[in-house]
Amino acid sequence: MNFTFRKFYYGDIPDDVSGDNNTGAEKNDKTAWPLWEVFIRSKQGLDHKHAGSLHAADARMAIENARDVYTRRQEGISIWVVESKNLHASDPAEAESLYEPAEDKIYRHPTFYELPDEVKHM
Amino acid sequence: MINRILNLADNNLILCQRNGEWCGHGPILEQDIAITNITLDLLGQARLWYQYASTLMNVDNNSYSEDSLAYRRNEREFLNILMVELPKGNWGFTILRQYFFSQFQFLLYSRLKNSGDTTVAAIAEKSLKEISYHIKWSSEWVLRLGDGTDESHQKMQDALDDLWPYTGEMFIAANFENEDECNELKIEWLQKVSPLLEEATLNIPENTFMQTGGKSGIHTEHLGYLLAEMQYLQRAYPDAEW
Repeated sequence: MNFTFRKFYYGDIPDDVSGDNNTGAEKNDKTAWPLWEVFIRSKQGLDHKHAGSLHAADARMAIENARDVYTRRQEGISIWVVESKNLHASDPAEAESLYEPAEDKIYRHPTFYELPDEVKHM
Repeated sequence: MINRILNLADNNLILCQRNGEWCGHGPILEQDIAITNITLDLLGQARLWYQYASTLMNVDNNSYSEDSLAYRRNEREFLNILMVELPKGNWGFTILRQYFFSQFQFLLYSRLKNSGDTTVAAIAEKSLKEISYHIKWSSEWVLRLGDGTDESHQKMQDALDDLWPYTGEMFIAANFENEDECNELKIEWLQKVSPLLEEATLNIPENTFMQTGGKSGIHTEHLGYLLAEMQYLQRAYPDAEW
């Protein structure tokens, strides 16, 4: 018997297998709740960071569930949720062509300037 | 006064113990966490009330503590309303009871917040933030299930029929309560609850005989079993500690 394993990195799940609406066992189960991705902004944080995912029937329930699951230890003061099927990810198999070409382009980092002393906080 | 505090504490503790039965058995993981979160809020409130009650009761000696009040009193000494000791039933029953109770708590604590007793006022004020969320969470579930599928609607209507006879006790004044205040609370509570039940397409039973007794220590047969489980450890191994 042959088994095929595909390795995915967290947050790097191709469209065809992302979201509970699309996955095998629950594909035809109309009673299953969709999967939502949760983003939390912490007290000091300026941006929302991905916290995890959960199941909920709609956006309102997703926010409430996120409050109960991801902010129990005072992790955040703002919550975003988005249904997982609406997130589209790059394909890990294309990582080489997507990201490696940037490796030898160090001139894209702003490290070749001399900062005048008058410019502070850089 | 002490009975007033014990009633508040017992309501919370017993409902906490009941809801705690859902831990690990919730319909889905996220709601399992939600109901146990609420349950822990109830426990936190119960502890504050018990701590205050024990300081009031320790006039002559130090024989009372929050633990002794929770674990060493017998069934007849508990002053909780009957509604909170009823078995957890199905999810709809638990949700509806939580909503009825939280809504009642909100109105009652909103008054206690203005109490001349600063400890009572402080506990009420702290609890209200938690209770507001409990109402939001449970009321949305009442809507979802009541106005949901035929099956969920029927289960909610059954839960309402079963629970309604136990709602009257909240507003029938015990010897530690004020009758006028209870009547006002009842009117306010019905003003909140009726529109939600209507929106959830649920019908309030009419001409219901209201069960009473809990607030004077006369309980249903369910409380004894609950206490037997909850108090087992302290009864079998008195003063056992972590």
